[in-house]
This record gives sequence, C-alpha cells and structure tokens, in this order.
Amino acid sequence: MLGTLTAFAEELRRTGLPVSLTETLDAARALGHLGIDERDQMRAGLAATLVKDADHLPAFETVFDLWFADLGVPGGVQAELSEFGTGDEEQPSGEGNGDAQAGGGEAGGFDGEPVSGLVSEALRSGDPARLAALARLGIARFAAIEAGRPVGVSYDLDRVLRGLGLDDVLAELLDQVAAGEELGTLGSGAVADPALRRRLAAEHLRGSAQALRAEVETEIARLLAAERGPEAVARGMRRSLVEDVDFMHASREELAALRRSLRPLARALAARLARRRRRQRRGALDFRATIRRSLSAGGVPIEPRFRSPRRAKPELIVIADVSGSVAAFARFTLHLVHAIASQFSAVRTFVFVDGIDEVTRIFATSSGIAEAIERVQREADVAAADGHSDYGAALRRFTERYLSAVTSRSTVLILGDGRGNYHPPQPEALAEIARRARHLFWLNPEPRAYWGSGDSVVDQYAGCCDAMVECRNLRQLEAFVDALA
Amino acid sequence: MSLAPGAAAARLVSPAAVLDDLREVGYLADERIATVVYLAAQLGKPVLVEGPAGTGKTELAKSLAAATSSRLIRLQCYEGLDESKALYEWNYRKQLLRIQVEKGDGETGRPGWQAVEEDLFSEEFLLARPLLEAIRATEPVVLLIDEVDRVEVETEALLLEVLSDYQVSIPELGTVSARQVPMVFLTSNDTRELSEALKRRCLYLHLDYPSLERERAILLERVPGIGEHLADEVARVVRSLRQLELEKRPSISETLDWARALLLLEVRHLDTEVTANTLNLLLKYRSDLQLAAKELAVELS
Repeated sequence: MLGTLTAFAEELRRTGLPVSLTETLDAARALGHLGIDERDQMRAGLAATLVKDADHLPAFETVFDLWFADLGVPGGVQAELSEFGTGDEEQPSGEGNGDAQAGGGEAGGFDGEPVSGLVSEALRSGDPARLAALARLGIARFAAIEAGRPVGVSYDLDRVLRGLGLDDVLAELLDQVAAGEELGTLGSGAVADPALRRRLAAEHLRGSAQALRAEVETEIARLLAAERGPEAVARGMRRSLVEDVDFMHASREELAALRRSLRPLARALAARLARRRRRQRRGALDFRATIRRSLSAGGVPIEPRFRSPRRAKPELIVIADVSGSVAAFARFTLHLVHAIASQFSAVRTFVFVDGIDEVTRIFATSSGIAEAIERVQREADVAAADGHSDYGAALRRFTERYLSAVTSRSTVLILGDGRGNYHPPQPEALAEIARRARHLFWLNPEPRAYWGSGDSVVDQYAGCCDAMVECRNLRQLEAFVDALA
Repeated sequence: MSLAPGAAAARLVSPAAVLDDLREVGYLADERIATVVYLAAQLGKPVLVEGPAGTGKTELAKSLAAATSSRLIRLQCYEGLDESKALYEWNYRKQLLRIQVEKGDGETGRPGWQAVEEDLFSEEFLLARPLLEAIRATEPVVLLIDEVDRVEVETEALLLEVLSDYQVSIPELGTVSARQVPMVFLTSNDTRELSEALKRRCLYLHLDYPSLERERAILLERVPGIGEHLADEVARVVRSLRQLELEKRPSISETLDWARALLLLEVRHLDTEVTANTLNLLLKYRSDLQLAAKELAVELS
C-alpha cells in the first residue's frame, strides 16, 4: 500500500501539484485511521492531505480513479449489466468485438435500435448505477482495448460515445422537451410550472449525458490501467492545470474552464490590490493623533500614529490585437483588466486588426464584462483592408487619431503576438507612443523562443517598450497584472 | 508530540459519529466533510476550509463546538492584525499605573527594580488574545481563525508556531504549551494564495455548493414549515440558477432567505412569475438579475 501511495503522490507531482514529503506522510497516517475499505472516505482523506487548492481537485480525481480503481467497485454493477444486455447471443464478448472493430473501423453490422433505446432510458433516469452499467455495456461493445495498441483514452472514448449515439439521442430528447412533450419527471421533482419543468428537464438531460461521458472515460481508463499499469495511462491522460493552459492552443473545454476560473481570479486580484494600496501607509507622523492616543497611557506616546499618503492611481490604455490567432488571449486579458478597473483612475480600450477602434464606450454601457467583450467582437470597426493583423498600420493610425489620450500619467498596454503578416512594422509609431507614456508594456502570448521568427516583428518593437512580457497562460497573466497595478 | 489528544478525538471516533453529532446540532454535513473532521480530530491537525461565501464554513466550526460541547474561541482576521491582537499583549496602562503607585508610596521599604519587573511581567498584566487563550484553555475548545486570507504574509508566520506545536513563546514568561490539542478551523475566501508552509500543516477541505439532496435536507432542517414539495422545488430552481454564468452565484444562506420569503408570501408552488419577482433575494448584481430573467424567459416587472 505504501508503495502505491508514493507512486500516487509521484504522479500528482508530475501533473503539477505541489505534494511535499510531509503531506505524503500525513496521507499515510490518514489512511491508517480510515482503512481502505470505504472508497469515498479514502478519497476524502487523501484529498484533504495531498491537495491544498480547489483548482487541483479535478486533476486529483483523475489520478485517484486510476490508481485506486479496483477498490470498492460496486458489486451490483455486473448484475445491472446483464439486466441491461438485450439478452441475446449477438452481444459479443469484449475481445472478440475488439478484433472485429479493429478491422471494420465503424460499428457496422450492429442493430442500433436497442442501444439508443437504452441510452435514452438511462439519460432520462439520470441514475448513476444505470449510467455506469450503460458505460460498461458501451465499452464492451464498441471500445477496442487490446494488447499492443498505444494507450489512448480519448480515442476509445470517442468510439464508444459514437457507438452509443449519445449526441443524437440527447438532441432528440432535448427537442422533445422543448416541444413540451411529457417524458416523466426528468429531474424536475415536485415542480409543477411547465416553463420551469422544461428548463429543469433540459438541464437534467445534459447533466446525465455529461455524467455518462465521464463514466465511460473513467471506466476506459480503469480497464487500460488494469492492463498496462496506471503510470502508462496517466501519461496519456495528463492534462494541464487550468493556470498552465496555453491561451493559443486551448481546446474548447479548456477555454470554458479558463472562463470559469477567470471570475474568482479577478475578484481575488481586485481585493488583493485594494488591500495593498491601503497598506502602503507610513506617511509622515500624525502629531495630533499620537498625542491624543498617548493620553490614555498617561502622556507616554507608546503608539505613534502616521498619516496615510494618497498614491495616485495610474491611467491605463489597452491596445489589443483581436484577430483570430490571438483572440482568446485578448479576451482573457481584457476581461481581467476590466475586472480590476477600479484600481486605475481610468481605463481606455482600443482594439485593432488592421484598422483600430476605440471601444471604451462599449465597456461603459454594457451590464457585464462578458457581455461587453461579446459586443466588442460584433461592433468594433477593426478591419480596414484585408482583415489580417497589420501592427504598423494600426499603430500609425493610433498615433494619428488618439495620441492625445496618452499622457505622462498613462500606462500603455499592448496585447498581441506581433505577427504583422509582412506589412511594414513602423516601429517609429510605437516609439512616439512610448515617448509620451509613462510606461509601455507589451504582452505577447507566444513562447519567447518564437519571437522574431517568420513574420514576427516583436524585436523591432521590443526596444520601445519598458518590457515585452511573455504571457501564455493564466499564471503569467495574473503575475503581470499583479505587478502592474 | 506527546500531547494528549483533545476531548474531541475521544468523541469523534469515526466519520459516521461526526456525521451524527453534527446532525444533532442541526448541521447537515456530507461524508467528505465528516471524514476530514474525523481525521483532524485523530491526527491533531488544523483544517483549512475554503469555498465560496455562504457555504457554511464558519458554521461548521460553530456547530462542531456545539456538538462536542467545547468552547468556541474565534479570531476574526483583518488586515493589520498583529501579535498584540492575535496572541497576547501586555497591559501597558495597568503597568504604568503600577509604576506610578510605586512612586507614590516610595518612602520606605522600596522593593528593588527586579521585584518590580517580575511583578510587571506577570500573568496579572497579560492580556490573553484568542490564540493564547485557546492554548491555555483547560476545557475542550474549538479555535476558529476566520478569513485567514486577510492577514499579511508576515502575520501568517505567527500562526505557524501555534498551529504546528500548539505552543506560544512569551519572552518574559517562557513558553506556554497546550495541555490538549484544540480543534482548529481556518477559513479562507481565497482572495490570496496562502503560504505553502501554512497549507502543509493543515488538512484541506473545499466546501462547495451542496448537492441537490443535501440542500433540500438543509432547507427542511432550517426553514420550519416549508413542505417537502416546496423545499424540493426551491432546491431544484436554485441549482438551475447556479449553472448560469453569474457574477455571484446564490449561496446556501441566500437559498434559505429565499425559502423563508416564499413562506411569508404564502407561495405553495413555484412558477416563473413568482421566481422572477423574488429573484432579487437570490441574486445581488443587476447583470445577474437580467441574465437570470432572460434565461427564465420572463420580463422583470
């Protein structure tokens, strides 16, 4: 057991979780108190001792399921499975099917009818045991887990979900719900109002589908782990923690996860910055307050009092490239900067592709930052010529139209990868902005190693900036914004 | 560490026992919470509780104190909290008075400086603040260090000695050690990353929004008079709202407020109209209200 535990901690470290030796010892002591019979208690105990950050819990769950897969798997599942099986000889055994599938590719020769019926039933019930049984059935039929093939959980996952026809069944059920058909309680419990019921039913179905997907993934990983050992599977499944996800190459799920973690991050950042501003006191001695305070100690000035000095807030000007390649990066940065707008005396925002437009008003008139960013993408007039970024033209136009916005109190922030599609870079325009501004920073979402390669002209701009900062993930972005305000 | 385990350890003998004890005082925990509390009692380690506001972090410590009939000692953290407010402080004023009295009747038999010093730095002039109080307590205590993310990093270091060795050094008096391991809860709203050293010493518990079943049970427990039906409806609608991308998602306490308001309004069943009209009890931002109203496809009156 101890060996398993240290290997488990080792894998967590490889995923990026900071697990120390003392924490591993604590985990061992915790298991000493809990035993290993109750899987959920064991999970809670290990999580409490090894994971100290809520963002790391999903990564922990994945690894836990792999390492301790065989503990306390509900015994009833096998029975459930046979109950679900259509009871005929047609249902092939795992290996036999694997062979057939490997040759045939698609799940041909299969009667799809009973499967989609089962899927529909399971989605509607939302019962975890049913979903788990269905996941096993699907894997037995459609997955191609066999010796010698490279380990790929996502490959089998796709295959099983396609085989089950999950997306089609879900879409069909959602249509029926939207049309007002009564399909049973569907997670709406005691709610009687039809509109609320429809809403709850749709959520229930989507939730079940998500649960089924997760169940299939876990189960595949478990089967693979049993065959090849957990290390090999974990290597294939290792995902980046949210804060390490690269903006430029994030998948759709990763982008969603990023968006979710952005809001708490922004709130935390704002609270921290406000506090830091207040704490930087220690101005001149406040003589009156010190004397008044000393009266209670018989005239001995035990605690000197100080005035709190006011520090001027900087004025921020953000100029963001919103062309396709860096759009995700621009969105996150704009979101974060606007979420802490109160830390600046003013924020003006400009966006460009090959034309440039001021969008400060959009942020002022929208009810939320997310909405404002949506509107920026629709309403901003940023394309002048061919719709490919042209840093030179955009900066030149900025100096022509908006240069008066830049004063000696301004901090200018430029967001972009500096890939100008071989248009003339016109660094003198940037130099002009830099001369007027107090600070000029450039945030670049590309890895530093790529700077200056191909059509990247960042090295021509870098000289004008106070700093050109690599900003590929949330961690780097947060660190920069923290230092900025 | 040869400290006697706290009275809590003897009482909280298994996760199931924790669950039952907490239920008796009206706190509905789940298995994860119960397991962590049980481990904390057995291992003598503090628990760091994080999670969104209004999910029962502080309540957990209070309820555990009630369940184990311990005294609750609370240290509310704020920026600028220092030793003198967290650990102990010498009562300057009283000491000054003492010296002045000394001057007044100074004709005969004046005690030497040594005697005065010993006298000045004795327990009589010591103001025990929450941390010292918890260490010195002879009866079972639960120490709650609330919103620990609000103190500066330097002040955190001060907590470390107390939390790892359960002792406090006072230069003039020596080291005060705990007679028993107190149950310690630290809560954090995650506005600041806590130091690695502090996290390492604690068990970590993340309190998220409750599951549907747990929230329904909480409603039935905390809102007398609410029927099974309405509790179920409220729990389901709140869960649905939490899935939206809101600035601030409704917490358990807001769910309870809403349920109480619905009772007062004599609502028997929820529909979109009632929901829309009372939404401002659940959502506190204008943009959230607009979004939720749009999602529920009703016009805000």
